[in-house]
Amino acid sequence: MNPQKEKAKTSTPRKKKKIQFSKFYPDFLIERDWDRCIKCKICIRECTYEAHGWDQKRETLTEDHSKCVGCHRCEAMCPTGAITIRKHPSAFREHDTWKPWFIKNVYKQADTGGVLLAATGCAVPFRNYWDHLVLDACQVTNPPIDPLREPMELRTYLGPKPDKLEVVPEDGRFQLQTRIGPWIKLEVPIMFAAMSYGAISLHVHQGLARAAKELGTLYNTGEGGLHASLYEYGSNTIVQCASGRFGLHVDYLNAGVAIEIKIGQGAKPGIGGHLPGEKVTEEISKTRMIPVGSDAISPAPHHDIYSIEDLRGLIYALKEATEYKKLVFVKIAAVHNAPAIASGIVRAGADVVVLDGLRGGTGAAPTMFRDYVGIPIELALAAVDERLRQEGIRNQASLVVSGGIRCSADVVKAIALGADAVYIGTPALIAVGCTMCGRCFTGKCPWGIATNNPELIKRLDPETAFEKIYNLVHGWAHEIQELLGAMGLNSIESLRGNRDKLRAVGLNEVELRILGVKHAGE
Amino acid sequence: MEILIPNKEQSGCGLSGVINRKGELIKGEVIIESICCQMERGNGLGAGYAAYGIYPEFADYYCLHVMADNKQALKEVEEILAHKCYLVHQERIPTRATPGISSPPRFRRYFVKPRYEGEIREICEGTADEDDYMVDLVMLINKNVAGAYVISSGRNMGAFKGVGFPDQIANFFRLEEYSAYIWTAHNRFPTNTPGWWGGAHPFTILDWSIVHNGEISSYGTNRRYLEMFGYHCTLLTDTEVVAYLLDLLIRRHGLPIELACMALAPPFWQEIDRMEEPEKSVCTAIRAVYGAAMLNGPFAILFAYNGGLVGLNDRVKLRPLVAAKKGDFYYMASEEAAIRAICPDPEEVWCPKAGEPVIVELEPDTIPNQRSYLRGEGVQVSAPICRFPTAVEEDEEED
Repeated sequence: MNPQKEKAKTSTPRKKKKIQFSKFYPDFLIERDWDRCIKCKICIRECTYEAHGWDQKRETLTEDHSKCVGCHRCEAMCPTGAITIRKHPSAFREHDTWKPWFIKNVYKQADTGGVLLAATGCAVPFRNYWDHLVLDACQVTNPPIDPLREPMELRTYLGPKPDKLEVVPEDGRFQLQTRIGPWIKLEVPIMFAAMSYGAISLHVHQGLARAAKELGTLYNTGEGGLHASLYEYGSNTIVQCASGRFGLHVDYLNAGVAIEIKIGQGAKPGIGGHLPGEKVTEEISKTRMIPVGSDAISPAPHHDIYSIEDLRGLIYALKEATEYKKLVFVKIAAVHNAPAIASGIVRAGADVVVLDGLRGGTGAAPTMFRDYVGIPIELALAAVDERLRQEGIRNQASLVVSGGIRCSADVVKAIALGADAVYIGTPALIAVGCTMCGRCFTGKCPWGIATNNPELIKRLDPETAFEKIYNLVHGWAHEIQELLGAMGLNSIESLRGNRDKLRAVGLNEVELRILGVKHAGE
Repeated sequence: MEILIPNKEQSGCGLSGVINRKGELIKGEVIIESICCQMERGNGLGAGYAAYGIYPEFADYYCLHVMADNKQALKEVEEILAHKCYLVHQERIPTRATPGISSPPRFRRYFVKPRYEGEIREICEGTADEDDYMVDLVMLINKNVAGAYVISSGRNMGAFKGVGFPDQIANFFRLEEYSAYIWTAHNRFPTNTPGWWGGAHPFTILDWSIVHNGEISSYGTNRRYLEMFGYHCTLLTDTEVVAYLLDLLIRRHGLPIELACMALAPPFWQEIDRMEEPEKSVCTAIRAVYGAAMLNGPFAILFAYNGGLVGLNDRVKLRPLVAAKKGDFYYMASEEAAIRAICPDPEEVWCPKAGEPVIVELEPDTIPNQRSYLRGEGVQVSAPICRFPTAVEEDEEED
């Protein structure tokens, strides 16, 4: 007999309420200014976590700080500005090793025995290399170019490029002999990263799709299938084929201009995904082709890919299924051996390699994976680009990076390090109101983004989503043009891999060598 | 990734070039007078010349002009050459003491063929093509021999360059003693310079020679692109990439010279979007495939080869370039004054537009080992091109 089991048996009948240490020390404090509060109860309606309550007896509002996730919805919606959400001032004794984060996590696991779950991207302050790279600008010997007066080109073609072109004169004109394409034309080198319908609302998907169309770029369906209403945006769509193969059929594969095989994700390299059954509504069930209410579990590996030759098999199966009209992307998480893996992927026939870095976002990942698995995208990108060049195969596939790109300067730096284009996910969500509270996996997103609750998704309409996302990328594109002009370049391809335009501040020699940049002052 | 390569240099300079389409030889004094007319465009920190047709007695041999800091470096070069080449002749490049030029490096020239004739052929195994062989050899010397640089490596041509004003360099190399059917010259105004002889223009590989006024802001992209094809930039100056790009695009990839010029200074997408087929596909493919070869930033360049002289401006014409013709003579320079100094009454003077190459080739079969990169009669390229022989000219001949 297992003594532990026996003990457990005997303890169950006493239905005594167990002490929950994690509830004692909330992260946030809901502060209400009673002079301003008019007791309209909007905060109660807005808060999906039930942090605000109503005391019938005393006819007053109450707060349960332990339920507050810091999403700021109540603060934003309060008509009199009476609410402030702040970091809870209650403090543990200062200790550099045992910071409150670790103490509270131990309490949580002691209370539940579960795996710590988190969202967004890596929250550990590893060195952010973007913040140690600075850009060049022209002075005197070459004139900066003013994008308001001169053409400034951001157009980018994704897809394999031949080593060289052959042309022949025919009837007084040059005719291409080399077979080229298919290529994908991007008017701005920023695409929207894979976020599945299910993880985020249909409205956000509609906004992304429309924004991609207006901006001349692409959005990615993620592994949730493609909702019927989005087929019209096909020419701006990347459909994803991940390990669960949800919603995958031949019309889906042919719906977009590219198919992305998702091998890994920067936020959780080495594991699959899980959409809880509660989030699988009627519409999602149809789109994902699974029963209502059933968990959608994507396995860690693709069960038909146990080695690189299997990947090649899948790449060509997809190409066959789509008659070689679509590009095949292969997305991996940036891990230690990324350069060799990327080289293998290119040789396996991928048209685009996507690298997703340590800081890549997610709606749900085990905290340990989110924070400690994978490597920063800046280093992975530099190493992969250099490796593909050394092998002379850099032109055989485009390189797209994602994971922790926060502003247009990050995009410029990524391209200067060698990327063809970038994916952004988190910035697009922040653009539609996300406050990075990191509770996407609850399905209760009070901003109507990471939820499919029919009431909640009304909080964000597709039109607003489109406008905000469009504005963001439009603004970034302007900034990229200005930065290019300042560097004396009038076309993005002259920035691609141009590490001379970067200088590092405060990095050591190993980091400089990997990034292939000089230190400022050199 | 080599991160220890020192800064590339930036410059604003004067150029001049002249070609006779019938291959008539032009005296050195002519080009010297033209470039010296643009003295204000330099600051005494570099000048150079390229001359074509100067070694008729060794016209079948590659002529390596080697610059060396010391005897030891020269010895190492000679050892490499002894292993890799058949050497028919070598000599000091004649120089004379010139006021203002102190402690110049040593200059020697070697006339070589890349492989032994006949029975000992296997020593040169590797690339079949002699030109590729020579490119590899030049890269090997420039990369591996400290203090020695091959400053030109073409047949029947040579580059002469150094630190000084153009008149001083011409005097130092006794250029008035040479006659050539193409001359290019350069007067340099570097803005951050080591007093470095190798950094003066022209830059060459095989018979390609480049003189350049401007700054190539895309240098980092171009250099890394070229490294993929085995070219190593060792001379610390952005202009070097132009020489290698021309060699790669025109000689190795076999692009027609018009399209190679288009790859270096391509039309804007907004222009391409308005083009018709097949030009639209050709331009799109050129930009997508050769994006990393685009020269971005302000420039005017003159490049020459055994058979032609080409002038090219950047895509938005941020540097001056003037062209003129009189009879069989064609002139290109930074300033019209530099042309009128040697040709007071040109038949035609014009300013080539942004990205519009001026391509002047010799008449067919004028010189030994002549190269021609124009394909057929005037092929329509959509982007403007100014070429000699012109399509019209040939039509007239046919009539």
